[in-house]
Order: sequence, then C-alpha cells, then structure tokens
Amino acid sequence: MAEIEIKNLHKSFGNFVAVKNSNLVIENREFFVLLGPSGCGKTTTLRMIAGLELPTSGNILLDKEDVGYLRASQRDIAFVFQLFALYPHMNVRNNLAFPLKMQKFSKTEVDAKVMEAAKLLRIDHLLKSKVSSLSGGDRQRVALGRALVRRPKAFLMDEPLGTLDAEFRELMCLELRKLHDDIDATTVYVTHDQQEAMSMADRIAVMNEGEVLQADSPKIIYNKPKTKFVANFIGSPGMNFIPIKEKITPNQSSIKLLDSSLKIPEQREGTNSNENFLGVRPENLRLVSENGVKGNIFGVEYLGSRKILTVETQLGNIKIRVDSDTQVKINEQIQFDTLNNNQIIFDGSNDMALQSEFMS
Amino acid sequence: MMDTSRSPSEASGFSRKLAATIIIVYMVVTLIPISWMVATSFKSVDSAISYPPEVFFEPSLEGYVNLFTNRSRQPKDYLDSLPPPDTWYEELVRSREMVITGPSKFLPRYSNSLIIGFGATFFSVFLGSLAAYALSRFKVPLKDDLLFFILSTRMFPPIAVAVPIFIMYRKLGLGDTHVGMIILYTVVNLSLSVWLLKGFMDEIPREYEEAAMIDGYSRMQAFFKVVLPQATTGIAATAIFCMIFSWNEYAFAVLLTQFNAQTAPPFIPTIIGEGGLDWPAIGAGTTLFLIPVMIFTVVLRKHLLRGITFGAVRK
Repeated sequence: MAEIEIKNLHKSFGNFVAVKNSNLVIENREFFVLLGPSGCGKTTTLRMIAGLELPTSGNILLDKEDVGYLRASQRDIAFVFQLFALYPHMNVRNNLAFPLKMQKFSKTEVDAKVMEAAKLLRIDHLLKSKVSSLSGGDRQRVALGRALVRRPKAFLMDEPLGTLDAEFRELMCLELRKLHDDIDATTVYVTHDQQEAMSMADRIAVMNEGEVLQADSPKIIYNKPKTKFVANFIGSPGMNFIPIKEKITPNQSSIKLLDSSLKIPEQREGTNSNENFLGVRPENLRLVSENGVKGNIFGVEYLGSRKILTVETQLGNIKIRVDSDTQVKINEQIQFDTLNNNQIIFDGSNDMALQSEFMS
Repeated sequence: MMDTSRSPSEASGFSRKLAATIIIVYMVVTLIPISWMVATSFKSVDSAISYPPEVFFEPSLEGYVNLFTNRSRQPKDYLDSLPPPDTWYEELVRSREMVITGPSKFLPRYSNSLIIGFGATFFSVFLGSLAAYALSRFKVPLKDDLLFFILSTRMFPPIAVAVPIFIMYRKLGLGDTHVGMIILYTVVNLSLSVWLLKGFMDEIPREYEEAAMIDGYSRMQAFFKVVLPQATTGIAATAIFCMIFSWNEYAFAVLLTQFNAQTAPPFIPTIIGEGGLDWPAIGAGTTLFLIPVMIFTVVLRKHLLRGITFGAVRK
C-alpha cells in the first residue's frame, strides 16, 4: 500500500482550468475523499492520479516515486468507475481474472486469487454468471473485486455508489469502509455527496473551481471550515452567514448585531473590509423569550428528529435547528440567540475564515 | 365495447393484418425474379427459351452440368464408338450428342470471388475499425474535415474514376490480380466502414478501455480485448454491407480482370451455349452465386439482433 503526494498539480483543457495548482498528501492506509460540486475538478484530479489524464504541470508521487507522466498500466493502481465498466462479453470470473492475465500468473494462481477476492466480496456463487444478469449491487461488488484482485498500491473510486438506490448505498458505504480496513488499502474516493464523504472518510478534501479549499478530518471540516464555500457546502442545511457591517480587529470578542451586542470567540486576525460575515451553524442557534434577535417564521421543515426553521429577520433569512416537538407557526414572531461560543467570522473580501480562539 | 386488453401503444388487429399483407405482396414481387432465376437453372436449354414461357416444366440438371463443364458436339457414330458413360452427367451430355472436354472456368472464377470478396471485407472492416476508433477517441486535427473528406469519396459513383484507376493499375502491375481487386474494393468500402463503425465506437463508453489500461493492458490490447468484442454488432453490420458490395461489384471487375483474377459477376453472363447464351447455365451460376452472401448475412444477422452490450452498463 502507498502514500500519494500531489504537488502543484495543474490541468487545463484549452482555456478551461480544471485543476489549479493543487497540493495534497494522502497517507498510507488512509480513506481519503475528494468532495465538491460537479465540475470542481475532483474527477480530473482522480483521473490524473490514475494516469487517464496527464497533468499540464506538477507532480504525482506514489511512494515517493514520480508517476505523473507514466502510462496508467505502469502505475499499479486500481480504479472503480461510476458505471462499473464491467466487460459485458465476459462472465464474472473472467472479469475478475482480466487484470491478472496481464501479469504472469499460472492458471491455478489466477483461480486462487479470483476465488479469494470473490469470497471477500461474497460473490463466489456468481462467478459463472453473465454480467448483464447481475443486480446493481452485485455489479458494484464485481467492480470492486476486479479492482482488488491484484492488490494494487491504491484504490481510486469515482462516485462508485452514485447509481445505487439510496437504501443500498448506505449498506455499501459500510461495506466499502470495512473492506478498506480489512485489506489495509489506501483509497481515494470521489463524491459530491457529503453524507457519503462524512461517513466514510478519514480525511476529506473539499474542492471548488479546481482548487483544494481544505483537507481535514470530517469533524474539522464541519466545525472549523476555512472558507465560506466549505462552510456552506458541508452540512444540511449549510451554515448561516449573517452580514456584519464593521471592521474586525485582533482581540475583538464581541460584535454589534442590529441593536444588541453578540459575544464571539476572541479573534486573532482582523479585516480590512467592513463588510464581513458571521458564520453560525443552525444547531448553534436557539429560540429565546427575550433579548434575542427578532424575526418571523417563514418556513418549517419537519425532518423527523428535528425541525429546521427559516426565520425572516432584518439580517436576512436564517435557518435554526430545533427539536422536532418545538411548536411554532408560520409568521409567528420569535427571538433567537447563539448557543456555544463557536461562531466564525469570514472576511468579506476573500471569504476566508479568520483565526480566533475557537478556530486555532 | 372497447377492447382494453391491449395497451394503446400496441398496433390494432387491423393494422397488423394490413402490415402483414403489404409485406407479403412486397415479398412476392421481390421474389419473382429470384424464383424465376432458380427455375431457369433447372430447365433444359430448349424449355428456357420457349415462348410462351413455361411455368411448369420437367426439371433437369443440364444447366448445372453446362455451368461446370466445357463440351463439344460430336457426330453420332463417334459417340457410339465410345465406351458407355461412367457418370450421370456424362450420360446427360451424351444424350445431347456432346462429350465433356474439360471443366469450365466457373470454379476458378467463383473462388476468385470468394477470395476477393472476403479479403476486401476483412480489410475494410479491420482498417475501418482502427480508423473509426482513432476518430472516435483521439483529438485528431481537422477531424470533421477529415471525416467529410473520407465520405466525399462516396459522393460520385466509383466507376467515375475508372479510367485513372485503369491506367494506375496497369502501371503498377495490379491489373487482373487478386491483390489489386482486394485493394480496390477495400478502398471503395472503407469510407462506409469508417462512418458506420465510428457511430458504433462512439456508443461504447470509454470506461471499458480505461479500465483495461489501468489493469495493465496497452491501448492496443485494450482495443482488441475489450473494445472490438463490444463492437460486434457494428462489425457484423458493416461486414454485411462491405461483403454485398465486393461480392456483387461488376463494372470494375469487367474493366480490370480478364483471366487470373476474374470474379464470377463478369463471367456468368458470358456463358455461351450453342447459338446464343446458355440461360440454364447462367441461371445455375447466379443461383450458386447467391448462396455464400446469403449464408454470410444469415450468420451475421444473429449478431445484429443480439446486441451483446445491452444491460452491461447501468445508466
């Protein structure tokens, strides 16, 4: 298994820049997820690691060896495609054996390895089946089997669960993560689904417009997003951004919000701009009976274990997460304030989070 | 009362019957010349040219015997002096007061047709699939112009360039050779084959060869092991078209071949009997000529219908 390092990786297609000077280190045995909206460059990055696209500039190191400009076949990496790409003219056994036939294994060795992979994925009863007769989940398993049968240095997966039913996807998430741990794999996994990313990843890299915005554990990505984009993209619903019309200075520990003053974590940085944003997650707001920010209930989403309230205020629409038994009516006037001292100030000039007592 | 047992998108009983009737009428119309030709091949020379034409006749294998043999007419006393005939066909020839002097040129011409037809089909499909793959997958400069240029070779009848080709072939020594005819038919078919196959290649997701290349195969190996098997449907369709063209081609064959590489189409209509064309022999030659291309089409039709890639990719 292997460590993958990406250095100043850049890829452009004509005038379109798909990946901008990205740097990442994916550690040995890590489950690493590239997360971002479609067109953010995550798949292009993955395809460059695989050798299906060549970088415009930059390096890809696999176990310290520069493989960035080698053929895909020379990299010892496996790839699982979103559409599985099982060879339709071969049965399951031949699909699994296909990667091995290129390496000089005897027939008994090939059979043994195919059997081992098939047993691991519980598809050993399907070996003689035609690919076209398999269900989506079994195809997914065959695709995984074909990837792991030759024990490559790393697994690359491009939204492999994207086409499965929601119910089955959750199950496969668990199976994938368990498989990863069982075979001590290094996995790079591309998805646009934050829930998939959060539930499986050791670390997540959030990408947008070709740039890696932040690469951290799911917990840090969620609680301490480095940019407004990450804060908004992660979490359902995303973070609230409340405009604040004042310049932030270092050591500042409260801000003015309408008429009242709000305590915030002590800032370590200041801004030049006086158009900034206060970032606060919906679950860090609570309804109060007095001394809060006033607003009218605009919408209520019932989500079983909780309710998301959309509140119309002078500061814009704000989402608040409350217990599902909280009784509110549309257009009712309520007040709310913040819970916990974990608000984040985003610099309005560049959308970056300011360092603070909480962020550092 | 409404018949609700069928869905509104299905054809009604009446339109099905109408469709069947039209198909049967069309089939009869197209089959008349073919059945007349097959019938002629089993007639005797006299009955083939009798007027009014005979629809019912006594079948004879004379046409087939004449097709495969050269014969000469002999006086009766010479025939009587010969030992009795060993075979049924010799007996048949003797009854017409002739003897067999040797095999005709039909078999060599027929095998020329087989060699040139299958050879040209193989190369058209093989080269076409390589070109189609490249045009489908790679960034080729001026790709669209190139494709138009390839197609433009079919915008005039091939025979329009007969004279330059004739001169070229004479200079190059390709006239009346198998190689020359295979090259010629390959070239004529290639544009069709590139265009048809490119359509099929475009339909095959790139992920297949990408998967193979990641699994350690070169692009060439991936092409042969993964892409081509999935293009079977397209290859079968293209091969049928190429085969039908090369098999039936007449004009260039007349112009460029005479002895060594002459194919069956220019040979069959020139089979001369006594005092004119030997219609039963011509009928027999044409009937036999139909068979290979018919078998070829029927065999490949299975691939056309099977559509092996169906269901392999979940979209």
